Amino acid sequence: MGVGIDVQNLNAWYGSTHTLQDISLSIPANHATALIGPSGCGKSTFVRCLNRMHETNPIARATGVVKMGDVDIYEDANPVEIRRRVGMVFQRPNPFPTMSIYDNVASGLKLNGFRNKAILDETVERSLRAAALWDEVKDELKKKSGASLSGGQQQRMCIARALAVDPEVLLMDEPASALDPVSTSKIEDLIFELKRQYTIVIVTHNMQQAARVAENTGFFLNGKMVEFDSTHKIFTNPKDKRTEDYITGRFG
Amino acid sequence: MSRSSGKVADTTFSAIMLVCALSIFAIVLFILSILIARSKLSLHQFGWKFFTRSAWDPVAGDFGAFPFIFGTLATSLLALLMAVPLALGVAVFLTELCPQKLRSPISFITELLAAIPSVVYGLWAVFVLVPVMRDQLGPFLEKYFGWTHLFGGYNFGVGLLTASIILAIMILPIISSITRDIMLAVPISQREGVLALGATRWEMIRTGVLRNARIGIVGAIILGLGRALGETMAVTMVIGNHAEIPTSLFSPGYTLASVIANEFSEATGDVYLSALIEIGLALFLVTIVVNAIARALVWAVTRGAPARAH
Amino acid sequence: MSTNPLHTPPPLQDSAIARTPRDRSPRRTRLNHIRRHLWNRIVMGLAVLSTIIVIAPLVAILFYLIYKGASSLNLAFFTHIPAPVGEPGGGMANAILGSGIILGLASLMGIPVGIAAGVYLAEFGRGKLLGSAIRFTADVLNGVPSIVMGISIYSLIVMQQKHFSAFAGGVALAIMMVPTITRTTEEMLATVPHAIREAAYGLGVPKWRTVLSVTLKTASPGIITGCMLAFARVAGETAPLLFTAFGNQFWSFNMNEPIAALPLQIYIYAISPYDEWHRLAWAGSLVLIVMIMAAVTLVRIYANRGVLKGAS
Repeated sequence: MGVGIDVQNLNAWYGSTHTLQDISLSIPANHATALIGPSGCGKSTFVRCLNRMHETNPIARATGVVKMGDVDIYEDANPVEIRRRVGMVFQRPNPFPTMSIYDNVASGLKLNGFRNKAILDETVERSLRAAALWDEVKDELKKKSGASLSGGQQQRMCIARALAVDPEVLLMDEPASALDPVSTSKIEDLIFELKRQYTIVIVTHNMQQAARVAENTGFFLNGKMVEFDSTHKIFTNPKDKRTEDYITGRFG
Repeated sequence: MSRSSGKVADTTFSAIMLVCALSIFAIVLFILSILIARSKLSLHQFGWKFFTRSAWDPVAGDFGAFPFIFGTLATSLLALLMAVPLALGVAVFLTELCPQKLRSPISFITELLAAIPSVVYGLWAVFVLVPVMRDQLGPFLEKYFGWTHLFGGYNFGVGLLTASIILAIMILPIISSITRDIMLAVPISQREGVLALGATRWEMIRTGVLRNARIGIVGAIILGLGRALGETMAVTMVIGNHAEIPTSLFSPGYTLASVIANEFSEATGDVYLSALIEIGLALFLVTIVVNAIARALVWAVTRGAPARAH
Repeated sequence: MSTNPLHTPPPLQDSAIARTPRDRSPRRTRLNHIRRHLWNRIVMGLAVLSTIIVIAPLVAILFYLIYKGASSLNLAFFTHIPAPVGEPGGGMANAILGSGIILGLASLMGIPVGIAAGVYLAEFGRGKLLGSAIRFTADVLNGVPSIVMGISIYSLIVMQQKHFSAFAGGVALAIMMVPTITRTTEEMLATVPHAIREAAYGLGVPKWRTVLSVTLKTASPGIITGCMLAFARVAGETAPLLFTAFGNQFWSFNMNEPIAALPLQIYIYAISPYDEWHRLAWAGSLVLIVMIMAAVTLVRIYANRGVLKGAS
């Protein structure tokens, strides 16, 4: 099952730029939460703080409390373990070009020490099924390189790769923005299924996408979180004028 | 200025530039043709066996270059064995681990290492490395590793091992800096993809960077090999200059480049000179092939981005 | 797609979203983690260790050079020619001059050709097969051992003239400079933004003029740096001079006679049995290394400044 994330007073910097200002919110377990906002508002930075990828940049800094269940991911755990429990799918699919599809999906497992072929086979199949890619690639698992798939397939493979290590949360940073509409809708269908077992956080530029897949939505603007509520409320009756302006397309 | 004279000027200008550019081909062709021409005598006399025989008797006019081929290969491969792990370590350190402030000074130092002339390395090797080999390192190796049968015979400080060590020092910077370039060319998205699966730093470097860069790294290593094959002065000064196949790492030996350096100006007789030139021809062809392969591999990974003039 | 955003479609047939069986006991997982983190530390440590091992020889060489060379360096080194064997004193003034003459010759021949070739590659040869072939060949040529150049020029010039000469030495070094300068020039010209060229064309300036007065001028600091690098590289070369310039114990100002050169002299003295000559070899090495270090440092300074200014 997925687990919820509790964020309190999160602040983040890139060098001297104060990218995130005092963010506090609660991401419920087994739901999909969308984060919307104009370019550069900090939503990607926020999401990268949730799996401690933000700190991989040498000039990056963050303060505040992020709790996964009752584990403070900064104080009580090490980044390697957190990144396994909080998976990430990136904006542009990043398959490992030197590996086959099988090896790509299994890569996380192998890193974690799983060598048993039966377990690997089973997990690869399960992950690919979960990512709705199994039928398309099952005959060429070990023959085709991960990079030889189409864009939409690559992204689903990256999702399978992330799922294979059994995370509790799945972060998706504009996962469909580089894809065609057919692939996009396939991935949105996927999110419907995935949120039964995982907690999903999806950053998106596409408000219709947020409205389609997420139960809750947060609106970011200039590093601050302006409003966080059920998707229905945000899109039909937002509390803040800025939210309303963004929704109706007056800027962004 | 009228249109037509402008055109003439343009055409003339580009023609001049083209001619100068073609000089690169001209240089290669020139070297090839003149070396072939001057080694004809030796080619006729000894044929291909020249490279498989082990004679080198200028007095009797009998020449066989095998000991030099052995010496060149042995020193180069030994040097690679020592240099490659260290070079990769430095490259990994500089690209992934090094704090920003140290990056510049350390890469500057490796650049300096690359710029030191061969003869200066040789000088240092003769007066520092050779005595150390003779008095300290050699006896140490013999005592603890003598069971490998690699360290027999007399140890005068000069020989195969000393030459290999100074070679390793000399080829290390080029392998390291090209490896660095290649590692830097791997996109960040690959590193982040591995990291996001829950990998340690080394696992990220191994799977996300080195694995993607491996073709280019092989190219860098081969480039180092090419450099080692042709290195002349420093090797000549410490290899012992003995035209026999060495039986231990302490034995003196000879390389293709060294025999030319040592004996060319004293070569009496046309056959002698021709034999030496034939060796030069072999060296030329081998280094061209090795370098071509290496450059092709590196190019494949960096997609033809202009290489620094190494 | 359903209009109700929260409507969950019926489950997919083969919904096989289940998890990796946790068939590893907590203890085994912990061991696995410890192993991975240990391995991580070891490899990172090795990387640091190798860097230290690499820096050590340079530091050792430099210190030893300075220690040995500085004590031998005196004014006489720069003003006197070598003393007869056995007598103390003397210097390498003739070798320094000789190097200067040979390098001057080499530069005169090699730099214009190299720059022109680089201009061709950058301005006329982009995207053409010929351009790629020349570029590749230049890179490969850079890897040919310098002794091969030496014996080639010996066969071409020295054998015909039946004597060694400074001129032959200059030619040997020139053909080494050409590929290096070609590539660096090309690289520098490639950094000139296209907008600058187009501005000139737009004003009606013919191509040849644009290249000479605009593009080359913009890239000139970088091109000069490239020439300095090539110069420093061949300044330390011994092998190509062994059978061309050959060396000379006395002053020589004649292009057609053998001439001394600094690296050549260092080599000859280093392998000689005389302590006095060894001393001179160390001093000469220090001079050589200082000069080369100056060149490398200047190149670095320029490169950093260029980066700071930013390639627009």
